[in-house]
Amino acid sequence: MSTVLDASTGPAASPRAAQSPLRRIWRDFIDNPIAVAGLAMLVVIVLVAILAPVISPQNPYDLAQIDVLDSKLPPGGKSASGMTFWLGTDDQGRDMLSAIFYGLRISLIVGASSTALALVIGLTLGLLAAYVGGRVDGLIMRIVDIQLSFPSILIALILIAVLGQGTGKVIAALVTVQWAYYARTVRSVALVEKRKEYMEAARCLALPPSRIVFRHLLPNCLPPMIVVATVQVAAAIALEATLSFLGLGLPITEPSLGLLIANGYQYLLSGKYWISFFPGIALLLTIVSINLVADQLRDVLNPRLAK
Amino acid sequence: MLVFIIRRGLQSVAVLFAMSLLVFVGVYAVGNPIDILINPQADQQDRERAIQALGLDKPLWAQYLSFLNGAVHGDLGRSFVHSTSALGLILERMPATLELALAAMLIAIVLGIPLGLWAGLRPNGFAGRTIMAGSILGFSLPTFWVGLMLIMVFSVILGWLPSNGRGPTTDLLGVPVSFLSLEGWRHLIMPATNLALFNLALMIRLTRSGAREALLQDYVKFARAKGLTNTRVIGVHVLRNILIPIVTVIGLQFGSLIAFAIVTESVFAWPGMGKLLIDSINLLDRPVIVAYLLVIVTFFIVINLAVDVLYSALDPRVRLTDAKT
Repeated sequence: MSTVLDASTGPAASPRAAQSPLRRIWRDFIDNPIAVAGLAMLVVIVLVAILAPVISPQNPYDLAQIDVLDSKLPPGGKSASGMTFWLGTDDQGRDMLSAIFYGLRISLIVGASSTALALVIGLTLGLLAAYVGGRVDGLIMRIVDIQLSFPSILIALILIAVLGQGTGKVIAALVTVQWAYYARTVRSVALVEKRKEYMEAARCLALPPSRIVFRHLLPNCLPPMIVVATVQVAAAIALEATLSFLGLGLPITEPSLGLLIANGYQYLLSGKYWISFFPGIALLLTIVSINLVADQLRDVLNPRLAK
Repeated sequence: MLVFIIRRGLQSVAVLFAMSLLVFVGVYAVGNPIDILINPQADQQDRERAIQALGLDKPLWAQYLSFLNGAVHGDLGRSFVHSTSALGLILERMPATLELALAAMLIAIVLGIPLGLWAGLRPNGFAGRTIMAGSILGFSLPTFWVGLMLIMVFSVILGWLPSNGRGPTTDLLGVPVSFLSLEGWRHLIMPATNLALFNLALMIRLTRSGAREALLQDYVKFARAKGLTNTRVIGVHVLRNILIPIVTVIGLQFGSLIAFAIVTESVFAWPGMGKLLIDSINLLDRPVIVAYLLVIVTFFIVINLAVDVLYSALDPRVRLTDAKT
């Protein structure tokens, strides 16, 4: 396997070999203008989420700053105090733009933290399965197989029904939904890596197993994991939004984009579309930009496609 | 083959049993349905009588055993809220969900395969690229939000279609269905389209990649060399060979359609079993939650088994063996 790769990437790769791998990845990444646009959009979205308290026209959850008299104003409407609501207001008189900025923050935090947690758990169990093998491998992979044969929304709903509601429980549900993907991916990669010479060399040096797994095996399994994790962040954000829309997600005190959309649902039929429409657009842009980046990362990090 | 089916059957029973235990213990450990179900004004005696009637005074293992005993006899407990059989409630709602899922699958197949073929035959053409871009959107759009937007456009702005409910149903062999009347179709078309979007995108991508691969094969070149018409080459030689993965995915996706119907039913107030589940979770109606989950797990097990068996029937190269253990 490795010799084939060397042969195919040999002559073309030699001038690039002098560069650091990160540089090469970056150069390959910016080859595709659509992916660059996705990355730019993602950077803007993340910045908006981080800077939400600074750049929002108002703090939508500070009761002193909102006025019920401003409720359900259409986009571009002005408040009594002269402030313009570019995306309209909701039923409480909150500026939708500010609510979206804050909601984006919560959606991203929940999505990213559940992915990070699931990544750690999935990586550990997947590496364990691949490295130890035998019964441990059989048991872990059987659980993974059973879990992956059910759709994620169903697993998440079962967990919410069992655990009850709340931010921590939503994150727990999202972690449970995701870990199996990482475990399966890292196991399949690790099984290939395990047979390579550098692993044999590490074993011959009688290094402790933990060092072999974490310093030698793990770094070489990471590239495909990055791709899976990127796709899964988008999936986690979408799933959290769906749960919140169903009223089984985050509490009202922490309104994510899904909850904002759910809020506007009841006003949709009377034509007040903006309360649901704009948070949905924000959600859509977030998911699409992450998916575009993930798509390009998949091509860039896959050595088989390297020219 | 027979050994395989028996082994898988036993395995399925084990999975079902484990799920029932997990779900039962989990669901019954959460919250206290007594507070919700019993009138707060009721005195102590009334409360105790109600607790006894619901069987909530017994220890958890005894509750589980009596549940299991009932389950074997086809009784999955009584709903706390509706005081009728939980399984009966679900079976009553099942036709609505199945109809929605079947309609969605039909839309995905009827639109997805031709569009995917088109994109596969002319991958660099304008139409092909547009179809592919659209399919990416189909994967990225959050289903529930698309549902809201459909309501906004077709019910609120245009006023063409009703925004919720199932409308009048006609009995077909004792099962209420809505596809026999125009009014039923008007209610069905929007939720079904909404539910179909993801699978439509999947179908397009699958057909496209299959067609592109098949076009490079020798048998297609040979068919062309024989001077067959383009229609025949594509319709018979290409289509037939890409049908195997498509049939598999159709089978596997049917289960997920039923699961994702939970979301669509909530958006369109479609009276199916998914909406029943959400209502039951909110009301802590535990027997219905447990019954729903057992019913849907059974669905999945049956579907997976059926797909495996069908797969080997369609493709003789596939051998049904348990590779592991």
